[in-house]
Amino acid sequence: MISFETRREKARRKWDQLEHSKAPVIYIGSATCGRSAGALKVLQAVKETLKEHKLNAKIVQVGCIGPCYMEPLMDIRLADSPRICYANVNPQRARKIIESYLLKGNPLPELAVGHFGENGHPVTEGIPRFFEIPMLQPQVRLVLRNCGMIDPEDIDHYLANDGYQGLLDVLSQKPEEVIEIVKEAGLRGRGGAGFPTYRKWEICRSVPGDQKYMICNVSEGDPGAFMNRALIEGDPHCVLEGLMIASYAIGASHGYVYINSDYHLAIQRLRQAAEQMREYGLLGENILGTGFDFELTIKEGAGAFVCGEETALIGSVEGRRGMPRSRPPFPAVEGLFGKPTIINNVETLGTLPNIIRNGAAWYRGYGVKGNYGTKTFSLVGSVRRGGLIEVPLGTKLRRIIYDIGGGSWKPFKGVQTGGPSGGCLSEESLDIPVEYESMQAAGSIMGSGGMIIMDEDTCVVDLALYFLNFTQKESCGKCSPCRVGTWHMVTILDRIARGESDADDLAKLQTLAETAARASLCGLGQTAPNPVLTTLRHFRAEYLSHVQDKYCRAAVCRELVEYDIDPEKCNGCQRCIEICPTEAISGAKSELHRIDQLRCIKCKACYEVCRYDPLASDAIVIRSRRRAS
Amino acid sequence: MKDKDYSRLFAEFEGVEADLIPVLVRIQERDGYISEEAVRRVSRFLRLSENQIYGVASFYPKFRFTEPGKKSIKVCMGTACHVRGGLFLSEAVGWQLGVGIGQTTADKRFDFQRAGCLGCCTLAPVVMVNEDVHSRMSVIRLKEILEKDD
Ligand SMILES: Cc1cc2nc3c(=O)[nH]c(=O)nc-3n(C[C@H](O)[C@H](O)[C@H](O)COP(=O)(O)O)c2cc1C
Ligand code: FES
Repeated sequence: MISFETRREKARRKWDQLEHSKAPVIYIGSATCGRSAGALKVLQAVKETLKEHKLNAKIVQVGCIGPCYMEPLMDIRLADSPRICYANVNPQRARKIIESYLLKGNPLPELAVGHFGENGHPVTEGIPRFFEIPMLQPQVRLVLRNCGMIDPEDIDHYLANDGYQGLLDVLSQKPEEVIEIVKEAGLRGRGGAGFPTYRKWEICRSVPGDQKYMICNVSEGDPGAFMNRALIEGDPHCVLEGLMIASYAIGASHGYVYINSDYHLAIQRLRQAAEQMREYGLLGENILGTGFDFELTIKEGAGAFVCGEETALIGSVEGRRGMPRSRPPFPAVEGLFGKPTIINNVETLGTLPNIIRNGAAWYRGYGVKGNYGTKTFSLVGSVRRGGLIEVPLGTKLRRIIYDIGGGSWKPFKGVQTGGPSGGCLSEESLDIPVEYESMQAAGSIMGSGGMIIMDEDTCVVDLALYFLNFTQKESCGKCSPCRVGTWHMVTILDRIARGESDADDLAKLQTLAETAARASLCGLGQTAPNPVLTTLRHFRAEYLSHVQDKYCRAAVCRELVEYDIDPEKCNGCQRCIEICPTEAISGAKSELHRIDQLRCIKCKACYEVCRYDPLASDAIVIRSRRRAS
Repeated sequence: MKDKDYSRLFAEFEGVEADLIPVLVRIQERDGYISEEAVRRVSRFLRLSENQIYGVASFYPKFRFTEPGKKSIKVCMGTACHVRGGLFLSEAVGWQLGVGIGQTTADKRFDFQRAGCLGCCTLAPVVMVNEDVHSRMSVIRLKEILEKDD
């Protein structure tokens, strides 16, 4: 059997060879975000171009490096030069860049977004350092350090970058010492609630029993978040190493990864990673000769939001309906198959190798007192520079939204964090730091990392209705405050959005939300009212204009808007007439068209044609008018 | 489906209750849905009643019990897609194909599903056709995709 040391030496040499390769190396970001933007077509074009010119180059597929709005991303490194990154690459562009850089030595600085070396190298002239461009500069990449940099399908890349060093370190210590380090580091759960990680572990450790379980929660049920998926796609081994460290600490010899079955690429990467671990002696019995046994099971869930809740998750792993049960007993005492079980979030686990390797004091160097370390967010919605980001805790929302995100497209309205369990904050809250307590005091939550930027085109009533519709459907139905409460909130919100509400609806909504929050059995019902409560608190005026004036400023709520044609602009191109599914628009060629309001179903087809068709002239407008109630 | 198609699929599993959801996931990946026959087979394999299997399967929005079409249209209903008009896309699919969510057209060419976040929110709104993600969609582009014959 080949020793771990030998394997690591070999891995380092392999990495070194890649870093100092004489042949060019081409990196393509091919995580889910890159693929959906066309990364695989770029890959194909790269291969064809190389073949055509008989060029010898290595191609490495990497995970998501963060600025998803720039996808597809392609980096090129020539011998003795820094790696240069190109954004929004399509097949033609890839060809052009390769032909120019590889054949003629011109890196086309006008197409490059950044380089990964030191300034001063001749090829980097006119190209900024990648990590200094506005979106990256305020970020600190700890848990994401390998994402986009290494090949996630190659364990050697991970090993060469200090991979499994943390595991090696803990295996030579007592589990209690490991728990102490994590306590010292002040790590708190990244799944949303921010519970101190060491405390859960201590409970589980102290419960007697020779069979214990450790579960990694990749349920990621928040319908607008993808941080956990991106981390696994980009660096699966760091999560698995964390899972093993945690298992060792609590005394578990069997770990589960509970993952949403829609995450095909992430599942494939985990399976592959597990095989490589086994081959390298990192799974099975007596790992690295330390006497530590560890088995891993990758368990696919069937995508219900409530299955992110610990007791429901356990039910789902056991093959039952994912229904929460009341606690205590807590899973740490009685969990999976009745045995003591700890469930941690992907990011919590992914952070552990860093903490162990670099020490608690190092970790406390990031973030602020009580909120140490970093947190990843998926920054999306109406934001100029969206993607996967990582910032130290304590960073102000304003810095995230404006410095990293570049602000909203249209005038800023608010930010939603924490998904269906979270809330919306307005302009006034932008100077609060992103910390568990301050987010909660402002009425929202840190959450697992969804962050959606809203501008004046987003209606908060519509957004609250969206989330409540979601939780109402996802409610498992076991307790009535949640089952019935969410349904009633949907009904009232729907009335408001349709302009059919009266003055006491807001008070009713408030009472209902507070009751459901207090009386529900599990976290789903307890937090489901948050989107309503926070929007009522921070955006009351917008509710009032829906209730009193039947007016939706954002022109989103369908019953409150009308489609109109601006007579000044309409050029009579008839494109809208062709597309309208209900024959609601009429008018002769080159003459003003009109919309029959009774026939119009407000499907937006004419509006889009009028915006995007080259013949059309932006004449169709969607607007809401104030009506006296 | 023949006996051996099932025995091959079941070979991956131990045959305990905890295998139920992964087995159903695998069957749906293979057949596109959970047929009555599949439930019967799983019932025998895992020694669980058919009722229990339906009970579990119907709890999870992922599982479907009707045959899918040749092309699966999945409209993302995630938050980022919602604020960028995902609902309009989903309705457009509805009136274009004349089917509701979870249904298949009579000619079996299309079926219509909704999905949670597909992981490409910065490219919202997105629609998935089989395995291909179409980003920055509009009602018009969707219509073109649905009308394309292939
Ligand atoms: C309705 C609901 C959904 C949840 N979804 C998730 C999820 O998708 N991912 C996650 O890590 N935690 C989720 N949680 C929190 C978990 O129950 C649990 O607290 C967390 O996984 C613990 O890990 P941590 O201590 O590392 O944060 C959810 C909780 C509730 C009530
Ligand atoms: S919300 Fe649609 S891809 Fe994320």
